[in-house]
Amino acid sequence: MLPMQPHRQWPAQGGARVPYWIYTDADLYAREQERIFCGPSWNYVALEAELPNAGDFKRTFVGDRSVVIARDTDGSVHAFENRCAHRGVQFCQAQLGNNKEFMCPYHQWTYNLRGDLIGVPFRRGLKAQGGMPSDFELKQNGLRKLKVACRHGVVFASFANEVEPFEDYLTPPLLELFDRVFDGRELKVLGYSRQLTPANWKLMFENIKDPYHATLLHVFLISFGLNRADQPQRLVIDQTGRHAAGMSWRGDQKRTEDNAEMRSLIEDLRLNDPTMLAPVKEFEHYTICLMTVWPNLIVQQQSNTLAMRQLITRGPGAFELAWTFFGYVSDDEEMTKRRLRQANLMGPAGFVSIDDSEVMAFTQRGIEAAPDASGIIEMDGRGWKAEELHAITESEIRAFYDYYRKVMEL
Amino acid sequence: MEALATSNTVALRIALEDLYARYTGCLDDERFEEWPDFFTDPCLYKIIPRINFERNLPLATWLCESRGYLRDRVQAIRKTSVFGPRYLRRFVSGIRVVGQTSDAIEVHANYAAYETLPDAFTRVFNVGQYRDLIALGNGDMKFREKVCVFDSELVPNSLIYPL
Repeated sequence: MLPMQPHRQWPAQGGARVPYWIYTDADLYAREQERIFCGPSWNYVALEAELPNAGDFKRTFVGDRSVVIARDTDGSVHAFENRCAHRGVQFCQAQLGNNKEFMCPYHQWTYNLRGDLIGVPFRRGLKAQGGMPSDFELKQNGLRKLKVACRHGVVFASFANEVEPFEDYLTPPLLELFDRVFDGRELKVLGYSRQLTPANWKLMFENIKDPYHATLLHVFLISFGLNRADQPQRLVIDQTGRHAAGMSWRGDQKRTEDNAEMRSLIEDLRLNDPTMLAPVKEFEHYTICLMTVWPNLIVQQQSNTLAMRQLITRGPGAFELAWTFFGYVSDDEEMTKRRLRQANLMGPAGFVSIDDSEVMAFTQRGIEAAPDASGIIEMDGRGWKAEELHAITESEIRAFYDYYRKVMEL
Repeated sequence: MEALATSNTVALRIALEDLYARYTGCLDDERFEEWPDFFTDPCLYKIIPRINFERNLPLATWLCESRGYLRDRVQAIRKTSVFGPRYLRRFVSGIRVVGQTSDAIEVHANYAAYETLPDAFTRVFNVGQYRDLIALGNGDMKFREKVCVFDSELVPNSLIYPL
């Protein structure tokens, strides 16, 4: 690891500032890959519903690294790096499929559904010529494996053996909110959506961890009362600062003293076809809950639309957001229709999420040319606490960078 | 128009070429308020990634089920969405009739949409296939269904204008 450039110092104001070089610096990006994505973190990789049968697999990413998630014949789920142990070939190219084993096309080295090496052609040579050395052991030359944790149908993977159990990692207050959507009911995948946003991956997390913007930027959200600061709010942050959740309740579409500063609220905005937005109460307490799980997952429950948003890094200046929309196997036809209609709010063409992906691109463009400048994160103070009951705060962002700086030693 | 579909192939091809030229012209010129008029009411307009389409996964990136829904998308473009300026230009080719019923024809065509952002070269934004059901009646053709199945599954940031 190269030393950081000497002028790359975090500003003296600490958590109240975020320096712009953290969104552009290539050395820092390499260090993030090593310490965060390949470090002791649980990365979201799949829903078990994507791999219902033995041999089912999914190709995905942990940070920059391509990984394969596969279900073995005994039902267990395994994760291994998509890089042949022999010469480094990314042997799996299909996004989803079913295999009895994985064979690298180059020299046909073969792996089982757990990532163990089970075959090397001409290992003993041909007609007593060639072959691998006699002490070459298959079991010592398998694929790089990741640890796997499954919680109520959601699959996480870690490159680090020393990572704590998933339940301890998420901590009880966040686990309770996680289990609210993943309560053990069997999940049903409704489909995928992918977009490449020209912005650093951390801006996506900051966006979700920023309830202050939601009540100003999103005309659609605000005007239809889906989430607005004058409605009840609750934010929960784990003790390390790395995970968080923001909850709210749907309110009315009306101008009041409390939302007078929200210039974007359009009181007479109406849908020509209200069936698009006809949610039913489904979960206890909140009508919206957005959870961020370090280092690559956003769990979205907005009314009846449910999705995993997986962050995949694509260099310092871009990230992919891979959306997996889902419901429950027990949903009736009407509920499935509702989820599909409300999915119009989210994704690359979302009535709400377009604003975010566009603003993140504007942000990256603004900061790229000014790495030594920094952003002001002082709304609601300069520190953070485990719970807030209002939205006019940037405490979740400060908490995130508190933890980030520890991991990155910045 | 029924007679047109069954008995006059040259006239039908000209009518379809004209329909798609008017449709893409309307969108390329950003005359979005006129866009819903190309559809019946109710209708089905979907932009769906090819992986979902081929795996029978119902999720669409963009779903409209009526002219009202289409108008709501136009309202978002005009009034509520925050996005940077861009041009989108659409090209349609390989228009072919693949089936017909008593009052509609099923048409497939390839499309490509090119996006031009300020400070950047024009790029291929979205490529796919239109799978359309065109209602014939009252002397005109309207889309009862327009399903845009797109190959370009990794969307370059945001999909704001219709395809």
